[in-house]
Amino acid sequence: MARRSSSGLTDKVEINMTPMIDVVFQLMSFFMCTLKVVAPEGDFDIRMPIAAAAAAAPDDQQVPPVRVKLSAGPDGSLASIAMNGTPVADFDELRKRIIGLVGADSGPNSLAEKTEVEFDADYALKYVNVVKAITAVSGKVENGQVVELIRKIKFTPPKKG
Amino acid sequence: MAKRSGGPSNTEIDMTPMIDMTFQLITFFMFVMNFSEAEQDDRIQLPSSQLAKPADGVIEKPITLQLTNAGSVIYAGELVAVRDIGAYLEREKTLMIDENREPNSATIIVRADGRAKTGEVQDIIRICQEKGFERFALRAQYDDRR
Repeated sequence: MARRSSSGLTDKVEINMTPMIDVVFQLMSFFMCTLKVVAPEGDFDIRMPIAAAAAAAPDDQQVPPVRVKLSAGPDGSLASIAMNGTPVADFDELRKRIIGLVGADSGPNSLAEKTEVEFDADYALKYVNVVKAITAVSGKVENGQVVELIRKIKFTPPKKG
Repeated sequence: MAKRSGGPSNTEIDMTPMIDMTFQLITFFMFVMNFSEAEQDDRIQLPSSQLAKPADGVIEKPITLQLTNAGSVIYAGELVAVRDIGAYLEREKTLMIDENREPNSATIIVRADGRAKTGEVQDIIRICQEKGFERFALRAQYDDRR
């Protein structure tokens, strides 16, 4: 107050910006160097206790599992798909067959929730085909919305050979 | 020359736009930075799926096993043969029991390469099952096409 009244002029306080700019640029360099662009990833949750096969006692509520056989060609590519022993042309048809079997309703206590799909894949089959098959049976995308189908998935024990 | 002779001129640069821009850049990098501790190895080419949506919650203390195209497992940054992961899982199990956690409550994240053999993924699952683990998360890349 005393200053202002004595001089009658507004003082221009000059802040030294150099250290701040230094730190800011260092921060920016750090973020630029540590930046790692990663594609979003998601999971297919599977609960597979070892005793499941042995402990599965038949009861009235239980729906028999759907068996999906994935056979491999000589180079590990997909040779054929079969659902409960019936050949299926492709994964889209597999999805249609699953919908035909369990219906489109996937709410609580629905057939889709109770049904279990067991994958029997050849040892040499490329894993990408299994993920495609799991995608086909677990749901579909309709107008950007995911419609869930089967949630219980398991695998048969590996067969080398 | 004429100017210089007239004494040093005090040229002031307006730093405000530059500082604004820099702060915006820093904010951008902070937002896009991945702070998650999820193990992701560039050697793995994950298969993609439209239904592999990122999980809502965070998986608590998962064990990540990454299967390469060549059939080896990357566990904690180390390359291990599939048949040898049992010993590492046994160690994980002991640690979990020490922390009063049950092995069946832990999730095993399987990040397998799309070109790997399915049988090897099944081998990993079988070894984990033998050690008492039963929750698995088969990881895939989220594909939003179509």
